[in-house]
Amino acid sequence: MGATREEVVKVICQDYGNDRSRLLDIARDVREQLGCVDSPAVDCIAEVLSIPRVEIESLVSFYSFLYSEPQGQVQIRICNDVPDMMKGADRIASELEEELGIQVGETTPDGKFSLEYASCIGLSDQAPSALVNDLMVPRLGAGTARRGVQILKERGELKELDKLLIRDYGDGNNAHDLVRSACSNNIRKAGEVILAEMRRGAGLEKALAMSPVEVIREIKTSRLRGRGGAGFPTGMKWEFTRAADGDRRYLVCNADEGEPGTFKDRVILTERPDLLFEGMTIGGYAIGAEDGLVYLRAEYAYLREFLEHALAKRRELGLLGENVCGKEGFHFDIRIQMGAGAYICGEETALISSCEGLRGDPKNRPPFPAQHGYLGKPTSVNNVETLCCVARILQRGSGWFSAIGSPGSTGTKLLSISGDCMRPGVYEVPFGIRLSEVFAMCDAQDPMAAQVGGPSGKMVGEADFDRTICFDDLATGGSLMVFGRDRDVLEIASQFMQFFVHESCGYCTPCRVGNVLLKERLDKILGGHGQPTDLEYLQRLGESIKMASRCGLGQTSPNPVLSTLESFRSAYEERIRDADDVEESGFDLQSALSTAQTLTGRKSVHFED
Amino acid sequence: MSDRISLTIDGRQIEAEPGQTILEAAEEAGVYIPRLCWMKGLSAFGSCRVCTVRVNGRPQSACTQPAAPGMVVENDTQELRELRRSLIDMLFIEGNHFCMFCEKSGDCELQALAYRLGITAPQYPFMFPQRELDATHPEIFVDRNRCILCGRCVRASQELDGKHVFGFVGRGAGKKVAVNAESGLGGTDAAGDDEAVAACPTGSLLKKRVGFAVPVGQRRFDHQPIGSEIEQAQSEE
Ligand SMILES: Cc1cc2nc3c(=O)[nH]c(=O)nc-3n(C[C@H](O)[C@H](O)[C@H](O)COP(=O)(O)O)c2cc1C
Repeated sequence: MGATREEVVKVICQDYGNDRSRLLDIARDVREQLGCVDSPAVDCIAEVLSIPRVEIESLVSFYSFLYSEPQGQVQIRICNDVPDMMKGADRIASELEEELGIQVGETTPDGKFSLEYASCIGLSDQAPSALVNDLMVPRLGAGTARRGVQILKERGELKELDKLLIRDYGDGNNAHDLVRSACSNNIRKAGEVILAEMRRGAGLEKALAMSPVEVIREIKTSRLRGRGGAGFPTGMKWEFTRAADGDRRYLVCNADEGEPGTFKDRVILTERPDLLFEGMTIGGYAIGAEDGLVYLRAEYAYLREFLEHALAKRRELGLLGENVCGKEGFHFDIRIQMGAGAYICGEETALISSCEGLRGDPKNRPPFPAQHGYLGKPTSVNNVETLCCVARILQRGSGWFSAIGSPGSTGTKLLSISGDCMRPGVYEVPFGIRLSEVFAMCDAQDPMAAQVGGPSGKMVGEADFDRTICFDDLATGGSLMVFGRDRDVLEIASQFMQFFVHESCGYCTPCRVGNVLLKERLDKILGGHGQPTDLEYLQRLGESIKMASRCGLGQTSPNPVLSTLESFRSAYEERIRDADDVEESGFDLQSALSTAQTLTGRKSVHFED
Repeated sequence: MSDRISLTIDGRQIEAEPGQTILEAAEEAGVYIPRLCWMKGLSAFGSCRVCTVRVNGRPQSACTQPAAPGMVVENDTQELRELRRSLIDMLFIEGNHFCMFCEKSGDCELQALAYRLGITAPQYPFMFPQRELDATHPEIFVDRNRCILCGRCVRASQELDGKHVFGFVGRGAGKKVAVNAESGLGGTDAAGDDEAVAACPTGSLLKKRVGFAVPVGQRRFDHQPIGSEIEQAQSEE
């Protein structure tokens, strides 16, 4: 006899000390053990934690990886980011729809399979790919997805999916016993900062020989800027956090890596976890924190055990815990906080909300996280790669670091390159590299365009290929998608807009409503119904969304439209009807009448040509 | 009072108490900054974005941005009027708002703002969403067709009524207001006299059995535009 729902929920809540701020973990565990967080489960949690049920519903309904209705034992999520669509993700979807007899978004009647789409899962260089429960399945060729499902259908017991679905593990630590993943690292170019080897403790020991203020000064002299997208100077962020009032401080590593086309943090987490943890420990020392959190996106759950193991090892070696490295009075430890499928949670204040067991709504600023962050305490949120830079800077010195790259953008940058090129993958390059050099490096033959910085970045064309990758020119958190001549930039822009519509948290008006409108009008043009006035409409609407939105998501979400209007205006103009084409008002009479025709069972003969 | 803060709004110098937001300081000085999700006595929310102003050139929501010495705030400019119209239009087309037979007409802040900003018809196409009604409560009627997701009911219930009747569920375009019971509002501890009900700026939360107690023509915004009371308070001084 299994435990009752009440008992299961009670034990889970107890595991988290009946702490309301751990509601995301609780909901994740309930989902895992009971299949979903349905209404009775919500009531149980509400009762155990003594909180209003609507708060739990509020959280569960926010995250893509939490469900209020039962899902299949095997959950197949097909990645539908642009590089995956370019490599046939929609074909995989139809193949599976046919094999399973369900549509995307549905569960088979026997409760065995669910099929859905996922925003970028971090494998754009090995597209098309899918996530099957926690298992990454890259490089789906024609027929492989179908065969995989057939194998699973024959099995009664659906356990250890990796043994059933995966033949070869990937390179490096992907083959590690605790990872066992088919993902490849695809490291095409290793630089000296991130992807070079490092002895555990090499950076930390140097840091602990200095005072925290000296560590911050060292980071400031290195002129390190955040690698997560915004490019804020890390030393300054730490100075603010250290100076803020508070009895506790937190250092949070942003491992949400949600920007479509970015996968470099996955490779760091797989190959250089110690470099990251070392950087976090140094950061903790610098700002005066005893607690570190890694916010790990749900898609990377397969790395969790491996990372926990790396943390345990560091504790064993005295590199984490009480009196780190024998430094009297410096205590620091790290906890992994799992996300649950929401791009917005990469935004630092939304990430903090999520860590606090709330919906991933961004917070109002001010106050900034440095003053009022996780649980109201001074908090520094830093990207994975940024923290790795920190460890290396302490090991090799700020002078060494700042000699790499360009004056305004020191050091190296990891690029995640995908799309139309022969050598997609991860490249560690010095800042200041030209786009044309990047194309040569990844063997992109005759590219037409590149999306630099993901959907929230910029679509650039040939005229910009001499521009450089750095904070002051073409900035990117890592994502770089290459598009060949046969691609349709408007179709791509539409897919990016679909992503933002799906991922908007819905808090503020312009982002919630405006992005839907923007996509609608773009699709009207794509469908051949565009009018000359539509371009002005797109421009104005896009600018309004950017100007009025509350956080970085809405402030950048119109970029797919605005940057293609700028760089690829002719692609729009070619599709626009003449102003004096009176028949084409953008209004499709036949389809507008179709419902009425069906209801009345009559055809409107007047309008047929 | 040496710690008073001095800033300018549309070129006019005004003063603020430390801790006051731009919106509050402006209001005290008789300058109306249009707003919807903000309500006196509730924490600032910053969701409707109607109070967006430019602060030293940067767009900020006036309801969340603290006043600071020397700030140069732009409020009543062509650009911002257009931005606000765009936001109000979005709220109209996102829901199903039929002013002519809404009980709240004349008392509705959304409608009143539309009039103040000179909107006669929205510039965006209507979405005509399917939204839920909830009549399970004996005293309160919920019509989500008119909900603009300002969160005033959510905050008022917590901050003024000491309850947790409302909350948000879903995300993006699917976001909506939910109630703290599976069976609907009737299953919660909501009461007709709750501040949460009165806090609704539109006709999304209505008290039952008191419809049209104040005749159309004698309602709050029937004779003067929304915000006039703030502007007049100053000119009377
Ligand atoms: C919508 C949105 C998504 C973001 N996603 C990420 C992310 O996945 N990873 C990341 O490091 N930063 C992301 N950021 C940037 C963070 O808000 C924040 O600036 C960053 O984590 C700070 O770290 P850094 O200074 O080391 O870059 C995102 C920002 C926005 C607006």
